[in-house]
Amino acid sequence: MKHRIVIEPHSGVGNYWKDLWSYRGLFFFLAWRDVLVRYKQTVIGIAWSVVRPLLTIFAFSFIGWFFNIGAPGPSRLLLVAAATLPWQFFSSAFSDASNSLITNSNLISKVYFPRLIVPVSTVIVCLIDFLISFVILIILMLVCHQMPDKHILFLPLFMGIALLSALGAGMYVAALNVKYRDFKYIIPFIIQIGYYVSPLMFSSETIYQSTRLPEYVKVIYSLNPMVGVIDGFRWSLMGNSMPMHWDSFFISSGIGLLFFVIGIIYFRRTENNFADVI
Amino acid sequence: MRVEPVINVEHLSKSYVLRHKDQAGYSTLRETLSSGARNLFGKGAPAATRETFWALDDVSFQVNAGDRLGIIGRNGAGKSTLLKALSRIIAPTKGRITLEGRVASLLEVGTGFHPELSGRENVYLNGAILGMSREEIKSKFDEIVAFAEVEKFLDTPVKRYSSGMYVRLAFAVAAHLDPEILIVDEVLAVGDAAFQKKCMSRMRDVAGEGRTILFVSHNMAAIQNLCDKCIYMKNGQLITQGETEKVISSYLRSGAEAHQISLEDRKDRSGNGAIRFSSVLLKDGQGRAIPAFQSGMDATVVIRFTRKENKDLKNLQVALALDDENGQRVAHLNNELTNEIFESVGKDSDMIQISIPRFPFKQGMYTITLYASVNGETADWVQEAGVLEVEDGDFFQTGRTIQEGQSPFLFPFHFKLEK
Repeated sequence: MKHRIVIEPHSGVGNYWKDLWSYRGLFFFLAWRDVLVRYKQTVIGIAWSVVRPLLTIFAFSFIGWFFNIGAPGPSRLLLVAAATLPWQFFSSAFSDASNSLITNSNLISKVYFPRLIVPVSTVIVCLIDFLISFVILIILMLVCHQMPDKHILFLPLFMGIALLSALGAGMYVAALNVKYRDFKYIIPFIIQIGYYVSPLMFSSETIYQSTRLPEYVKVIYSLNPMVGVIDGFRWSLMGNSMPMHWDSFFISSGIGLLFFVIGIIYFRRTENNFADVI
Repeated sequence: MRVEPVINVEHLSKSYVLRHKDQAGYSTLRETLSSGARNLFGKGAPAATRETFWALDDVSFQVNAGDRLGIIGRNGAGKSTLLKALSRIIAPTKGRITLEGRVASLLEVGTGFHPELSGRENVYLNGAILGMSREEIKSKFDEIVAFAEVEKFLDTPVKRYSSGMYVRLAFAVAAHLDPEILIVDEVLAVGDAAFQKKCMSRMRDVAGEGRTILFVSHNMAAIQNLCDKCIYMKNGQLITQGETEKVISSYLRSGAEAHQISLEDRKDRSGNGAIRFSSVLLKDGQGRAIPAFQSGMDATVVIRFTRKENKDLKNLQVALALDDENGQRVAHLNNELTNEIFESVGKDSDMIQISIPRFPFKQGMYTITLYASVNGETADWVQEAGVLEVEDGDFFQTGRTIQEGQSPFLFPFHFKLEK
């Protein structure tokens, strides 16, 4: 027989990845559904994925300008945009993925499929949003006459790290959220903190070059996976006007990848019980 | 050639831990932390009493290719848990299930339908959720839409559908699944009569194509109609399995003791008490006690009574009335109507039998009211004495029944062609 399924209390790992592949159609449809639904019954529709980050960029630039926070490089707007777009991707991917199992609880309790599909497809939807909003960056760069150089080839690497960290943290919290709904309230809080500890309005350079801050604060600062991602975005878009701190980048992205590994392990371990407790 | 079972369930068990104090179904972090802290300080006073509940308890059975297996049992017997375990939604605590072939399970109509999406989009989405590939859905799309009769509204969001249209579309997708093993929970009890009929005949077609079907229903007529084998579950255990007829009759006989309605403690009764009804019991045509009637069966209601004085009674008149779920009186049985008033009741008589050939009501719950008069004076009158449960049965002995909502009762009739 072609299909033989053995169901036991702790089903093996080997089949899981094969299963995941055979359910790729569902993965596609869930992502497609979320994209379709996202801006249903709105007047400007998909334009929201450009307007939302644009408003944030303006607000942050204004605050930065008003308080005269250091902004090296060609343009404050460009500096803020290069940080806001990946940050908004990260925050929406993280929070959507964290809540994804609960919002799909009717599916979880009525149909079988590898549950990993749910958070992953949510993150993919956020990625699509990000790609659309990338138009903003392109336009800003044209306006500022800032042509990217070869550094831009690294951009996908930084995006990949943002994606894996968001997915990892998202999977971990999603699995916890199934059992402890407290996380529904904790997530917005974490994201709010993130707005302050990530270099959105300022440049990481002000931290690294600061003489007032002790060394260990700079290390703690770079534990945030988004620090590496944002620094990387700025470096790859604006070239040498934004120097790259690779040591801090390795700490930061190491933490991001650790999130991913822990997330996936915890998710797999608890996945079998989702339908029982959701 | 030996027939290999396509479904092999071995010692399947599923347990849940019940916590009696909490109202919430999920725990909050605080509870876990606080009980963790308690354990830490060794003061092991449990936060809530815990009890292990076995939703499935050592269930084993096999299903061969092409079998149509019905699963029956009362609410909470573990039927849905069994289906969920078979569909891989929940992991068993113990035991093992082996399935050979593609499985599709239909535990709910319209799982994953999104209200904002159009009918067309939902067909694709729902199809994918039920395990169809895009090409498969594409090739069956027209068939599905025709079956659901929603051609005109394909591009309308389903949130604007009437509930009937919604259900039709949802079932239509499910009905066009093409698996080797189909697992169906009680989902046919939706939609209007005509559509239900269509669903049933579709299920029969699917069964006819040699597929293996597992079907849970409370509708005995549907089970008799569709399934060749049956298992009967109770309290998470498998009680009997075998031919549908045998299993259904054992199911109907089961739990009869619990279904003797005792009236001795009832205070809300009127009458002079010359006699008092003491219990009501349901029996089938063979005199076996049963918990519920099935439409079409030869049914007997046995009413016991006690008397105030130990002497003969004159002119005992007894009436039994049934009210439906809306409080509407639907039946009145009275021994005056049949000229069977008991003119003289000896000291040793304490039981009245009312026999009802081919019980004519459809599935439902009916409230029993009892009345008795002795010598023209009201002796006992108990309103809402108990509930009579009726399950659908094979009234016409054709395996067919009147669809839900078409008629609350059944009676024999014949059609004839003349010129």
